[in-house]
Amino acid sequence: MSRLVTRRRFLIGSTLTASALGLSGCDALVESDRTKSVLKIAEGFSMKAQRFLQGDNALAREFSEADLSPVFRSNGTSMPDNPQYLDWMSQQFSTWRLDIGGLVEKPAQLSLAQLKAMPSRTQITRHDCVEGWSAIGKWTGLPLGALLQSVGLKPEARYIVFHCADEYEKSLDGTGWYYESIDLVDAFHPQTILAYSMNGRNLEVAHGAPLRLRVERQLGYKHAKYLTRIEAVADLGRLYGGNGGFWEDRGYEWYAGI
Amino acid sequence: MATIDARAKTGRMHIYRHSLAVRLSHWVNVLCLTVLLFSGLQIFNAHPALYWGQYGADNDPSFLSLEAVEDGNQVKGLTHVGSLSFDTTGVLGLSNVDGEATARGFPSWLTLPSYQDLSTGRHWHFFFAWLFVLNGLAYLLYGLISRHFRRDLAPAGNELTLAHLTHEVANHARLRFPKGAEARHYNTLQKLTYLVVIFLLLPLMVATGLTMSPGFDAVAPWLLDIFGGRQSARTLHFLTAFSLVAFVVVHVAMVILSGVFNNLRSMITGYYAIRQGDEQ
Repeated sequence: MSRLVTRRRFLIGSTLTASALGLSGCDALVESDRTKSVLKIAEGFSMKAQRFLQGDNALAREFSEADLSPVFRSNGTSMPDNPQYLDWMSQQFSTWRLDIGGLVEKPAQLSLAQLKAMPSRTQITRHDCVEGWSAIGKWTGLPLGALLQSVGLKPEARYIVFHCADEYEKSLDGTGWYYESIDLVDAFHPQTILAYSMNGRNLEVAHGAPLRLRVERQLGYKHAKYLTRIEAVADLGRLYGGNGGFWEDRGYEWYAGI
Repeated sequence: MATIDARAKTGRMHIYRHSLAVRLSHWVNVLCLTVLLFSGLQIFNAHPALYWGQYGADNDPSFLSLEAVEDGNQVKGLTHVGSLSFDTTGVLGLSNVDGEATARGFPSWLTLPSYQDLSTGRHWHFFFAWLFVLNGLAYLLYGLISRHFRRDLAPAGNELTLAHLTHEVANHARLRFPKGAEARHYNTLQKLTYLVVIFLLLPLMVATGLTMSPGFDAVAPWLLDIFGGRQSARTLHFLTAFSLVAFVVVHVAMVILSGVFNNLRSMITGYYAIRQGDEQ
């Protein structure tokens, strides 16, 4: 009998402790740096597991015209307010150039007309926002892999960084400029394209005109809009917050495949 | 049976009911499902609407949504289910955050963390999703190798007759729970419920969760065909989560009604007390 009482006391005691922890300690526990670093293990698992199962070339589902979203929602910036961008826009992007540099053999500046003259790929794919909604659109653009091959990557290049024309969060130190990065597996994936057309028309400003990234096996925030510069780098630590992207610097996963 | 009857007058005896593997995986599941539910509601709050099909965003018809709308100089929380709307001010759509009425799907006391923070909710969700999956795989392996499934969960032929099931349902309704030798093993309703949870609901949670992943869709596009699209999978993920909540509510109620300390002890130490004299 005494054993039972001991157990009963233990159970009551542990239940009370657990509920007190739940009430007051939850947010404190959530905010601790140690907790965050432990939870980050899951991102590594997800990436390794998906990459192992995907191989390099498993394709995202492609849909038919009948599946297109009647209204494709735009998210994030819908109209960049930077004077340089407004100037490009007023001239129908005829003076806009895509700058390709960093760890490449032959840096280049390409006009929209030059990009459109390159071999293209059209795909109807699903855009998955990290918030939970999805939209299906038809995209035409040039495969990023072909562009990277034409400029030649230096052997030490590990990531491709996308610099954008929108300052999504106004900040004094410039850390609010939108940027993104992907590794070479995604950069050379057949469905990774630099899109200049959506649903059969020139890309609208709200969707990233004149050029945006489509990296179909990842979530929406990886699909950088308003591209101005592509940079090949060996590591991501020196850029902005050091996590490889605007949302990544604000706590979101760099590997956004889930 | 004869031995048990012969010892009937000795009163209480403890039988070893739950193996260590079952107890461990049970409590790891309690932890995982708790965190997964509350962090899942945090994730849901980032876009509190559910759709059916391959796509779904604000302009598409949703069959469930939570929103805050202005009504004169007041703000109301509304829950829409199909074409029906319910005023759920204070709980769904609009609730109190630090003393202020705030547009919010589920209220802050139901989300992890309590404040709106999608990225943190996701970090918790995926960490505990991994733990949940690894725990589940270990349990499945154990259940097969140790014959736990066959021995403890598979109903015997005579348990599945209509007469037997009706009898058990009637007893449950009158809160008359098995005693004595009958309490040595799960009753048929328990067996069937646990089988549905273990082999249907929990795998459905994992599969519908993976279907929402653009990366995993490239690995297994057939998941999209099974569930009719990413947004259907998201909806089923939500509905299955609430089926599990319903299961837990009934499960805990049964634990309390049929002897909370005896049940808790058996799930912690493995030993369950049965009274021999009580039967018949």
